[in-house]
Amino acid sequence: MLEIRNLHVSAEGKEILRGIDLKVNPGEVHSIMGPNGSGKSTLAHVLSGREGYEITAGEVDFKGQDLLDMKPEERAREGVFLAFQYPVEIPGVNNTYFLRAALNAIRRHRGEEELDAMEFLRLARSKAKLLKMDQSLLSRPVNEGFSGGEKKRNEIFQMSILEPTLGILDETDSGLDIDALKIVSEGVNALRSPERAFVIVTHYQRLLEYIVPDFVHVLDRGRIVKSGDKTLALELEKRGYSWLREEAGEAQPVA
Amino acid sequence: MTEAVLETKKNAAMKLAGLARREANGEPDWLLDLRGKALDQFQVKGLPDRKVEAWRDTDLGRLKAMDFQSSTRESDFGGVERLEDLRFASLDCPRLVFVNGRFSTELSSDADSLGGVTLGGIAKQADANGSVRAHLGELSKWQDNAFDALNLAMFEDGALIEVQGGIEVEKPIHVVFVNLSNGQNGPFVVNPRVLVVAGESSKVSIIESHLGSGEGSYFSNAVTEIVTGDNATVDHYKVQLELESAVHISSLGSVQERDSNLRTTVITLGGGLVRNEINSVFAGEGGWSELNGLYLVDEDHHVDNFTRIGHEKAHCDSREMYRGILADSARAVFRGRIVVSEGAQQTDSKQTNNNLLLSDRALVNTKPQLEIYADDVKCTHGATVGQLDDDAVFYLQTRGISKEDARVMLIYAFAGEVVNRVGVERLREELDSHLLKWLPRCV
Repeated sequence: MLEIRNLHVSAEGKEILRGIDLKVNPGEVHSIMGPNGSGKSTLAHVLSGREGYEITAGEVDFKGQDLLDMKPEERAREGVFLAFQYPVEIPGVNNTYFLRAALNAIRRHRGEEELDAMEFLRLARSKAKLLKMDQSLLSRPVNEGFSGGEKKRNEIFQMSILEPTLGILDETDSGLDIDALKIVSEGVNALRSPERAFVIVTHYQRLLEYIVPDFVHVLDRGRIVKSGDKTLALELEKRGYSWLREEAGEAQPVA
Repeated sequence: MTEAVLETKKNAAMKLAGLARREANGEPDWLLDLRGKALDQFQVKGLPDRKVEAWRDTDLGRLKAMDFQSSTRESDFGGVERLEDLRFASLDCPRLVFVNGRFSTELSSDADSLGGVTLGGIAKQADANGSVRAHLGELSKWQDNAFDALNLAMFEDGALIEVQGGIEVEKPIHVVFVNLSNGQNGPFVVNPRVLVVAGESSKVSIIESHLGSGEGSYFSNAVTEIVTGDNATVDHYKVQLELESAVHISSLGSVQERDSNLRTTVITLGGGLVRNEINSVFAGEGGWSELNGLYLVDEDHHVDNFTRIGHEKAHCDSREMYRGILADSARAVFRGRIVVSEGAQQTDSKQTNNNLLLSDRALVNTKPQLEIYADDVKCTHGATVGQLDDDAVFYLQTRGISKEDARVMLIYAFAGEVVNRVGVERLREELDSHLLKWLPRCV
C-alpha cells in the first residue's frame, strides 16, 4: 500500500530525514518511535503533503501512485488521513458543516453519491457516540475552545467518518490521560481492518498497550535504526534509546 | 445666488451644488429656509481634503474628477421585473423604491397597508408631518459635514418611516435606492435620504439598499437620520451594491433616547470610492447600541468607515464590530471614535475591527480612538489586520477539501461573524449568495 524508498527531506536547509525505507501493507499497524527531534513528525507531515519541506531524494509510492506528486487534498481523497499532533482551531467553521464538505469531496472523488445534511448528521451522531464525544462539539466551530483531549478525540472522530485506507497518527496520544487514551485507542481499533493500515507516530510506549502494532521502527537522526515487533517497544520502555547507538558503535549519548 | 458663486469659485463643490439644484415644488417655508442655510454652509465649507483629520486617509480625487452633466437623469426604470432582477431589491417585505432619487409609486408597496406606521416620501410629508419638521436635518452633521449639507440642500425626495408608540412592525421595511445609469446619462448626482422616527416602546427593522444598475458613473450622497425613542428598538441595515464606477458617500446620524436599542449594520459590497460615516449619540440612560459592519473590497476600490459613538449619558452599552475583506489592490480605512462624556459613568463599550487581506497589494488603515472623560467606565478596543491562516488551509486540505474551497470556507467564516448577526433571514440569504459568488474570484 505504502512504500517509502530512500526518502531524504530537508527543511530550511537542514537535512531532517536521511534515507527512510518503509513498507506498509494493508491491514498492518506500524509504530514509529524515537527521541525528540528524530524526524518522526516530519515524516508524518511529508506524507500528508505539508508545505515547507524539500524532498532531496527518494520516492513514496501509495497504491501504485507517486504520493509526493499529489496535493494534500488529493492524498486525502485517495485515502490518506493525518491525525494532527496539534489540531488547528478554525473559528467560524462549524464542525459538522466542515466534515460533511470533506466527506462529500472524498465521496465525489470515489464516484459515490453525496450525503445530504440529515444523512450526514445521523452518521456523525453514531460515530460521536462511539468515541464518547459530547454531541455539542458537533455544532461548535472546528476545535475552537476544545480541550486538548477533545481535540484529539475530534481527530479520531474525523478519521472514523472519512474512513481512510491509511491512517497516520502523529503523537495522538501525547497529553492524553489514561481514560482519553483508552477511548482514542478504541476508536482506532474499531477501524482496524484487513484493507486499512496505520502508521502511528508516538513518543510513548503506553499507547502501544492499547493499539498493538505489528511492527515497531525506531527513528533516530533521520534514519530508521532498528525495526522489530511489539517487543521492541517494551525494550525501549525499559532501556531508553541510547543503547541503540551504542549497539551501532556510537559512544555519544542521546539528548 | 448659485450662479454668482459658480462664476467666482469654479471648484468641484460648486459644480455639484449648481448641477444638483432642485426645484422648490411648493415646499414649506421652513424647509426652504433650511435648504438655503445648508447650501450656504456647503459653499462655505467646500469638499473636504486630506488636510482635514477625518479625511486624512481618503482621497476624493475620484469624485472631484467626475464631470457632472446636468440633470438628464433617467428615472423610468422600465417596470418591476427589472427591479426584481437586482440582488437585494426583493426581500419579501414592504418597500419604498426610489429611482435616481425620485420616488416611484409604481414600484413601491401600498403605503397605507401598515397600521401605526407612516410610510412615504419626505417631500410630500414635509408640510403636514410634525416629525419631519422636528427631526429633518437635526441629526445629520450638516453644519460640519459638507456632504450632509449638500444632501440637505439638494435632496429631491427621501423615505419617511414613522412608527407610532407601542407598535411592533412585523415585517422589515425596505427602502430601495436604485441608481440607474445607461452610460449616457452621467455622471449624475443623487442625494438619497431616510428619516426614521421610532416612537416610545416601538420596534422596527429597516433595510436600506443602495443598488446600481447599468453602467457608468454617478455620485450617490446619502443621509439617514434615526430617532430611537424611549424603550424603542430599531434594527437598521444598509446594504450598498453600487456600480463599481460610482462614488458613494453616506452619513448616518442617530440619537437614542432612554432605554432604547439600536443596531446598525453597514454592508459595503460595491462602489469605487465609498465612505460611510456614523454619528450615534446616547441622549438618555440605559441605551444599547450595536454597530456592525462588513466590507468586501476588490480591484482598486476604496472603502472608508468612520464611526463616532457619543456616550453622553450613564449606563449605556455599545458594541462595535467591523470586518473587512480586501483583495487585489483594494484599500480600506476604519476610524472608530468612542467619546465618553464626563457624566457617562458605567459606560460599557467594546470595539473591534478585523481585516483579512487576500493580496499583498491590499492596504488597511485602522485606528480606534477612545476619548474618555468619565472615571467609572469599561472600554476596550482591538484591531487586527491579517492574512488567511495557512495552517487552517492545510488542515482542511488534509481532509479532502481543495485549497480553493478551503480558502473560501475560511473567508466565508470570517465574514460570518457579521452575516450571522443579520436578523432578517431573507437578507442573510441574499448576502450569503452574494458572498459565495464574490469569494471564489478572490482566492
